[in-house]
Amino acid sequence: MLHIVNKSPFQTSTLQSCLDHALAGDAILLIEDGVYAAIRGSAVAAAVTEAKGKVTFHALGPDIAARGIAPEKLIDGVTSVDYGGFVDLVAEHQTNQAWL
Amino acid sequence: MGYMFNGAEAEHDEEGYLTDLGQWTPELALLIAQAENLEMTDERWEVVNFLRDYYEEYQVAPAIRVLTKALSKSMGPEKGNSEYLYELFPYGPAKQACKIAGLPKPTGCI
Amino acid sequence: MADVRRFLYINRKAPYGTIYALESLEVVLIGAAFEQDVSLAFLDDGVFQLAKGQDTSGIGMKGFSAIYRALGDYGVTKLYVETDSLATRGLTLDDLQAITFEDENDGYTEKPSIIPVNKAEMAKVMAEQDVVLSF
Repeated sequence: MLHIVNKSPFQTSTLQSCLDHALAGDAILLIEDGVYAAIRGSAVAAAVTEAKGKVTFHALGPDIAARGIAPEKLIDGVTSVDYGGFVDLVAEHQTNQAWL
Repeated sequence: MGYMFNGAEAEHDEEGYLTDLGQWTPELALLIAQAENLEMTDERWEVVNFLRDYYEEYQVAPAIRVLTKALSKSMGPEKGNSEYLYELFPYGPAKQACKIAGLPKPTGCI
Repeated sequence: MADVRRFLYINRKAPYGTIYALESLEVVLIGAAFEQDVSLAFLDDGVFQLAKGQDTSGIGMKGFSAIYRALGDYGVTKLYVETDSLATRGLTLDDLQAITFEDENDGYTEKPSIIPVNKAEMAKVMAEQDVVLSF
């Protein structure tokens, strides 16, 4: 399963709900305001770091750049993907779920 | 709708503002000025170039009050006042000059 | 001027996920023509609006972070930023772009527009206003 999160984790409980339902081996892709969850040292960074043990984290590069988040501000292990990588992630997983 | 230019069409909205800023060239400015019945004198170019520089830096076309203040500072009070600017651009300096400069219609424009 | 009122625009949304941030900026620019005592507050996700280095070329949207630097020209010189909101989001003041204004009453000296405040101070700023507009 690929989970796609597009909401700021500081504005809604969307990310937390996604983390609570993601299973081992799933992938989580952060897009739009969802990429704010990838910032190192924030109030949700611990939850993301903890979840890294069971799921993989990806964040859409163009959305990261648009928001002025420097690459060195990203939590270790969160991989930045471009639009091609987005398509690859969707293709690699049998199902995907958008947490709107 | 568009300005026919070099065999191509530069699209504009119903008021004559360029849809794509990227299409602007000084030659196209002459064409837009012609449509506004204005001849591009050095004085008019000075204002148009100033607007383009301002937009380049701040991504916004300045309101008239901001324009006169900034012009006054860089070119002196005899050019940084609305009478002078309305003489150059009778239908509103921010509006007409911005159109010729290829910028969007200024927010809260006169 | 006898009739100057204190206006506060409250910004609580991130810049590109919704239209609120850009709408707020446009209203501020238009409202500036009325020469009131205008302040802007940035808290919660609103602090993301001021992040430096925003490059929207990859998402097909017009970037508008440069417009905040023009606010000084419009007489808008007080941008209150809540430091608690920054910390929650893993940011510090160094992650924000520099925004300045030229002080006409002080020989056009360039001064910072961003005023860092904590939660309690922000509450006080809010309480001091005549008109509050929320985005």
